[in-house]
Amino acid sequence: MLALLRKDLQVELRTKETLASLLLLGLLTLVVLSFAFDPTSELRAEAAPGALWVAVIFAGALGLNRSFLAEGENDCLQGLLLCPVDRGTIYLAKTAGNFVFMMIAQLVIVPIFIFFFNLPLSLGLGGVFLSLALGVLGFAAVGTLFAAISVRTRAREVMLPLLLLPLVVPIFIGGVTVTGRVLAGKPLADVAPWLNLMVGFDLIFLVVGWLVFEYAVEE
Amino acid sequence: MRRLDTSLAAANLVVMLAAIYAVFVYVPTDKFQGIVQRIFYFHVPLAIMTFVAFGTVAVASALFLWRGGRGWDRLAHSSAEVGMLFCTLVLITGPIWAKPIWGTWWTWDARLTTTLILWLIYAGYLMLRSISGPGDQGARYAAIVGVVGAIDIPIINRSVYWWRTIHPAVLITREGGSGLGDPRMRLTLEICFLAFLLLFVWLVRIRNQSVHLRDRLEDMRRQVLAH
Amino acid sequence: MSQTAIETRGLRRRFGGMVAVDGIDLMVTCGEAVAVLGPNGAGKTTLLRMLATLLRPSAGTVRLFDREVRDGGAAARRRVGFLSHRSFLYPDLTPTENLEFYARMFGVPTPGARVRSLIDEVGLAGWAHRPVRTLSRGLEQRCALARALLHAPDLLLLDEPFTGLDIDAGTMLRDTLRRAHAGGTTLLMTTHDMTRALEICGRAVILVHGRLVWDGSITEGRREEIERTYMAAAHAPHPILSTQHAARSTQDS
Repeated sequence: MLALLRKDLQVELRTKETLASLLLLGLLTLVVLSFAFDPTSELRAEAAPGALWVAVIFAGALGLNRSFLAEGENDCLQGLLLCPVDRGTIYLAKTAGNFVFMMIAQLVIVPIFIFFFNLPLSLGLGGVFLSLALGVLGFAAVGTLFAAISVRTRAREVMLPLLLLPLVVPIFIGGVTVTGRVLAGKPLADVAPWLNLMVGFDLIFLVVGWLVFEYAVEE
Repeated sequence: MRRLDTSLAAANLVVMLAAIYAVFVYVPTDKFQGIVQRIFYFHVPLAIMTFVAFGTVAVASALFLWRGGRGWDRLAHSSAEVGMLFCTLVLITGPIWAKPIWGTWWTWDARLTTTLILWLIYAGYLMLRSISGPGDQGARYAAIVGVVGAIDIPIINRSVYWWRTIHPAVLITREGGSGLGDPRMRLTLEICFLAFLLLFVWLVRIRNQSVHLRDRLEDMRRQVLAH
Repeated sequence: MSQTAIETRGLRRRFGGMVAVDGIDLMVTCGEAVAVLGPNGAGKTTLLRMLATLLRPSAGTVRLFDREVRDGGAAARRRVGFLSHRSFLYPDLTPTENLEFYARMFGVPTPGARVRSLIDEVGLAGWAHRPVRTLSRGLEQRCALARALLHAPDLLLLDEPFTGLDIDAGTMLRDTLRRAHAGGTTLLMTTHDMTRALEICGRAVILVHGRLVWDGSITEGRREEIERTYMAAAHAPHPILSTQHAARSTQDS
């Protein structure tokens, strides 16, 4: 499994396509959303967490497709299926790869986000990253499974967001709530139930993905 | 088989007529909510059947993935289509009920919102099926959506519910059948429930048969073309 | 030690309503080199992919090296190499990187050394450090061959491997396959090319409309006989269109 992860990272380093899409799309979304709010209004600070998560999710939905597109080129996915590894392991490795990419993108997006929305630097950044990590993990868990599916259907650009977004609603709500509370200075204990929800979501869908991936990928 | 179909259709018709009669003539007007409340008798059974439909999709999909057998897949597909129909009706009758009572078209309460998301998941399922066309792979993908969606629904419900309790401004809790003082209301509700249950079964059956025929046609076409 | 490399019983595969492989019983002992002949659409690729565990059969069983392939078949894959016309190579990585990756995935003991020696063997030495994307098809196929041989498989499955290869590459492939066969590897190769089949294989089976219609040893002397059987079978009326078969199929669904 490590070998697979390493290979994914290698490919990515070579082309940087996935990372670039994630970053640019995320930033673009943030910028556009910023226009939705009057720079001076109070509403801006309240809406900020939402904006961040919208950016993360949209960029993620579109960026995830790329990770499987690469496997499509020389039928590499078949090559992977030929290896003496369980399909579930392939799923976990791919999910881990996607998770890493998305988190790397967050390292750039979050500072820019703070920048745009004029948020105080000190508070709760750790909390924000925690919620991001949990959210992105859940997102990657479901997203990797569905990316494997949508990449092989015709309207693939549309299919993934269409299927994915309704399903990650809990992650989204959780993420926004936690981010909002944490930025407002509340202690982490306050948002514990939400964090539990997200952890639960992550675990459940990692297991489901691990079990179901072979059906998504074998014929 | 024909006999079962006909009697099912007949029973359906009878009960449905009884239900309509009950809702519009028999049952007394609710004291507080007025005439609009009658929609409730349609809305609730429809909502229950929507979730039954989705449950059927989930179970049939899981069985299809695990054991194969296109029969399961057809059942999942038919249930999804009928479920989608019912879900749409729920989302339409909901606001119609809500506006006169609470003054807003849409309340973000947990149940209605979850139903909305369910609608979106159904839509994704059906779109995936239509894009993939007939064939095992498309069926398998859709089945995955069905199963994952079903697992997700309780989680979605929970998270929306919590979200709603943070924003009490528009907090309105839906009454799920409480406050039905008059026994006639009870009866009406039960009749309606039966009517929609029969409707669901009948529609799924018809749709299932239609899909089966289409599949067989497609099979023959493929065999001829392969020559 | 005459072990069975491949044994299939009643192997079937449908795609929707179309039956691509229709009840195949095949046995291949270790060390044999078998050519699978047949017209397009006969089900050769489908059969091969089922043997490589890339496809799940609709019915029937596959046994590789006396063990039934179940639950994904990870163990069996360790001993099987597969070569097709898609190369399964990552276009943005170099041959060396591709091969090292696959070597690790297959648990090859000394990946670096093994990769280097294979690259030399298939004649890729000068191009080993350029992305696969930049290689010509012939070179890419060489790399794909290296990939298939990486883990010294006991069974090599090849799907029309000579297609699109120039004479040089074709000769290299033929020689490599012969060497592998001489070393004890079992070969199963689908091909259109009778000449190549005769050069490498000692036995042939003919697949038509998903069924085995001929199975026997091949030599230059029998070539005409084989070609005649092939032609006759290929032009026979399609069994599906006969009413019996149609009735049977619709009952299946």
